[in-house]
Amino acid sequence: MSIINKTATEQLALLQSREITSVALTQAYLDRINQVDPAVGAFLRVESDTALTQAAEVDRKREAGESLGKLAGLPIAIKDILCTQNTPTTCGSKMLENFVPPYNATVVEKLFSADAVILGRTNMDEFAMGSSTENSAYHPTQNPWDTSRIPGGSSGGAAACIAADMAPLSIGTDTGGSIRQPAALCGCVGLKPTYGRVSRYGLIAFASSLDQIGPLARTVEDTALLMEVLAGHDSLDSTSVDTPVPPYSETVHQPLQNLRLGVVEQHFGKGIDPEIEGAVKQAIATYQSLGATIKNLEMPHADYGIATYYIIAPCEASSNLARYDGAHYGYRADQAEVAAELAEDGSDEGPLVRMYRKTRSEGFGSEVQRRIMLGTYALSEGYYDAFYLKALKVRRLIRQDYDNAFEQVDLIIGPVTANPAFVKGEKTSDPMTMYLEDLYTVTANLAGVAGISLPCGLTKNGLPIGLQLQAAAFQEEKLLRAAQMFQHATDFHLRRPELL
Amino acid sequence: MNETPYEIVIGLEVHVQLKTNTKLFCRCSTKFGNPPNTQTCPVCLGLPGALPVMNKKAYFLGMKTALALNCSIPKFTKWDRKNYFYPDLPKGYQTSQFDLPMSEEGYLDIKSTNDEFEPRRVRIIRAHLEEDAGKSIHDEAAGKGDSRIDLNRTGTPLLEIVSYPDMRNAAEAKTYMQELRLLLTYLDVSDCNMQEGSLRCDANVNLHIPADNGVIATPIVEIKNMNSFRSVERGIAYEAKRQYNVWQETGKVLGELPKQTRGWDDSAQVTRAQREKEESADYRYFPCPDLVPVIVTDQQIEEVGRDIGELPAALRERLETEFGLTTYTSDVIVNQGRGLVDYFLELAEASGDNKLAGNWVQGEVLRILNEQEISIDTFKLSAAQLAEMLKLIQSGDLDSSKAKDVLAVMLDSGKSAAEIVKELGIEKVDEGDLEDLCKMLVERNPRVVDDVRGGNEKAVGALIGQAKKENPNVNPGQVRQICLNIINDI
Repeated sequence: MSIINKTATEQLALLQSREITSVALTQAYLDRINQVDPAVGAFLRVESDTALTQAAEVDRKREAGESLGKLAGLPIAIKDILCTQNTPTTCGSKMLENFVPPYNATVVEKLFSADAVILGRTNMDEFAMGSSTENSAYHPTQNPWDTSRIPGGSSGGAAACIAADMAPLSIGTDTGGSIRQPAALCGCVGLKPTYGRVSRYGLIAFASSLDQIGPLARTVEDTALLMEVLAGHDSLDSTSVDTPVPPYSETVHQPLQNLRLGVVEQHFGKGIDPEIEGAVKQAIATYQSLGATIKNLEMPHADYGIATYYIIAPCEASSNLARYDGAHYGYRADQAEVAAELAEDGSDEGPLVRMYRKTRSEGFGSEVQRRIMLGTYALSEGYYDAFYLKALKVRRLIRQDYDNAFEQVDLIIGPVTANPAFVKGEKTSDPMTMYLEDLYTVTANLAGVAGISLPCGLTKNGLPIGLQLQAAAFQEEKLLRAAQMFQHATDFHLRRPELL
Repeated sequence: MNETPYEIVIGLEVHVQLKTNTKLFCRCSTKFGNPPNTQTCPVCLGLPGALPVMNKKAYFLGMKTALALNCSIPKFTKWDRKNYFYPDLPKGYQTSQFDLPMSEEGYLDIKSTNDEFEPRRVRIIRAHLEEDAGKSIHDEAAGKGDSRIDLNRTGTPLLEIVSYPDMRNAAEAKTYMQELRLLLTYLDVSDCNMQEGSLRCDANVNLHIPADNGVIATPIVEIKNMNSFRSVERGIAYEAKRQYNVWQETGKVLGELPKQTRGWDDSAQVTRAQREKEESADYRYFPCPDLVPVIVTDQQIEEVGRDIGELPAALRERLETEFGLTTYTSDVIVNQGRGLVDYFLELAEASGDNKLAGNWVQGEVLRILNEQEISIDTFKLSAAQLAEMLKLIQSGDLDSSKAKDVLAVMLDSGKSAAEIVKELGIEKVDEGDLEDLCKMLVERNPRVVDDVRGGNEKAVGALIGQAKKENPNVNPGQVRQICLNIINDI
């Protein structure tokens, strides 16, 4: 068994006992990336040189007996959405093709302090808008279980690199399901923390009130290990919450007694793939066999999740993405072309406005443009009340649904997606069917609660099926312990795609 | 005021840069005048991923000002994004307060110092906080010219104070601005430097023209770029005349034209139409998701309120009633700022003579400050030193006609009043000696006696001149009176 087939927790133990070096481990992953990523396309940029330098530094520190961080020597892949000083950060967009941030995201700082080794940046839908990673301005990512299929999105690269053993740990972001959905479709574990649990400082914003950074890994144990590093209050993020971070990696192995699980009827309504329904129901039965009790829940407003989400997220995005105007950084339309265009069409539009228009038309992909237009429209005078304000009210109702639910149960259990990974190009022409990929996941973002996706089976065609657990705000510990109970009792997380 | 065939209706929007060390949402310096783009960071540059954190000091300075303007302070406020594209606005939106401002419904009383208008209460609609934009210096000539952007100012905290359209002529608007500036100075919340842009004013102006069936209102015009009190007055006065002429030509009334923005051209002394904004002003306000709402407690409001101190209106009142100063003197002193008021209070206390202290501060002290172009903070003479001189005047040891000379020497030498009086040989003249001197002069000048007795009292002036030559310390008034008495008794 190769070192890269071990879990991050096992690798960490080997590093600590000096049975392996970080350089060797990092090199093993770089070799694996070289070998399989041409077929998967999980990475936008592999940072071999800096990774090996960081690894050597950790090895040196360990050798010298210096104090080391919690992830000392473990390689990690980062979604290309977290600003890293002097390192290109593109957000999957042509707009930021040449953007090099002069500062570090708080999470990147935390990873450096934990002595993690950054392998590279993973692919994503442009500005995290999408559910298939087909909206990347650079290249698509293939699902390692079937390279004709999508890996999910927007954190498609983050999930695919775990599934294909190109990294033991990775960082994703989740605005409407962007960690959990690709984790489900790629057969790995992905945690969307409570809103405010992980600092968003340096995370390139899509929808600020929904975005959260979270960990992806092969096992719940590894997820807990990484979550412990990511979580915590940050004075640079006004929405980050100052509440203690439990030692997730220590408590993860403690099973929960008298676990009360809630099942939402709508999760098994029409449209769900029978194989997925079967696997999730089997998982529920597994929990029952572990002593959990099941309660049916009413979540009367869950059906409005997608509609609500696709008002609020684009509204915030239309404002968050206004800064990409070509004036200060990032892509700018060619000045001569702007002048030529103006001369040709005889428009009385000033050169500044035309520069904005052309820059944004050329720099943003079509899905990003669609959402900017949706949001701009919904925030406009005369529409605000009917769309944005109404959406905020429904959001509050959805939150109440969750509050009521968590008075009755510890966790909500259900599917992550209605279907397994679909074939590339299948949904690109119909944005609405693509938006339905978030059906079971968006409500957690709207309510600000925590959710985790973990593997619970394979379809007959060998495609992974995800199980979703959701917990009340700041109950990540409970979520991780419950998820670990499942992985302790099953072996779905040990399955590997047969790549190459 | 000259009678005009119309009434001017004026509302002012004033932007005040608050005196914080750092910006509203980041820790960059707010200092004015440093090289372009040297006071920036990822937050105020609007870099991807950067997030704002509210500066509490700015919030409290805003609250202090609002309380001093008699505004109510809501317990719950929030931040909103005002979306528009402009190169000096790097995020593509300005963080401001839309429907739940930090304060609302206050007022500021104004009165004319020279009876130009009746005292007026100008009501305040709201005062809210927002971030300043950067500065663009550019040439908009089609496709040509460099545009340069300085983002040092971006994110500086601004308090926008919006008045009701309660002012009725340009002098009122100017006085409102002056009174507001004075208030802000007393509160020490802003530098209030109009040249540097830390106090800026836009005016919404239209006319009410009496007509047979009521009043005709002209379209509202917003005037920008008025960078001095004089510009505020002249810009509004010009705009009123212009609107009246346009109305006479076109007959267009309110509602028939969109709100126009005009800039005041100070060198040409005219307002000029500014290019209409590219889009109609739909700023798509919505709550900023990166900032949490601000919850204010009664205790905080109370604490900030306690920090306000005595404000100009109350001080003027106190100087008149408690210290017996004239309205004019108390106005002059209070309008110079808290520093001169404190100087006066100290002087009055130390000298024991409120009126004398008031007259000296309002007169000679202020004259010297103006002449030297300094403020009372850098005035070389302490109130205690000056009080010493005032005491010499009170005791009669120093004649007030000589006191100005003494004051000048005190300023130059730093010596005490008593020392200088001695050095200059100024001594109190014995009354008997003075009587003898006058008798001698009357005897020596029979022609003067004849003239005075002939009805020309002024002729006695010649004796005063001679008396001064005999003894430089004599009091001219006394000499005059004594001589007249002697002549009349003859």
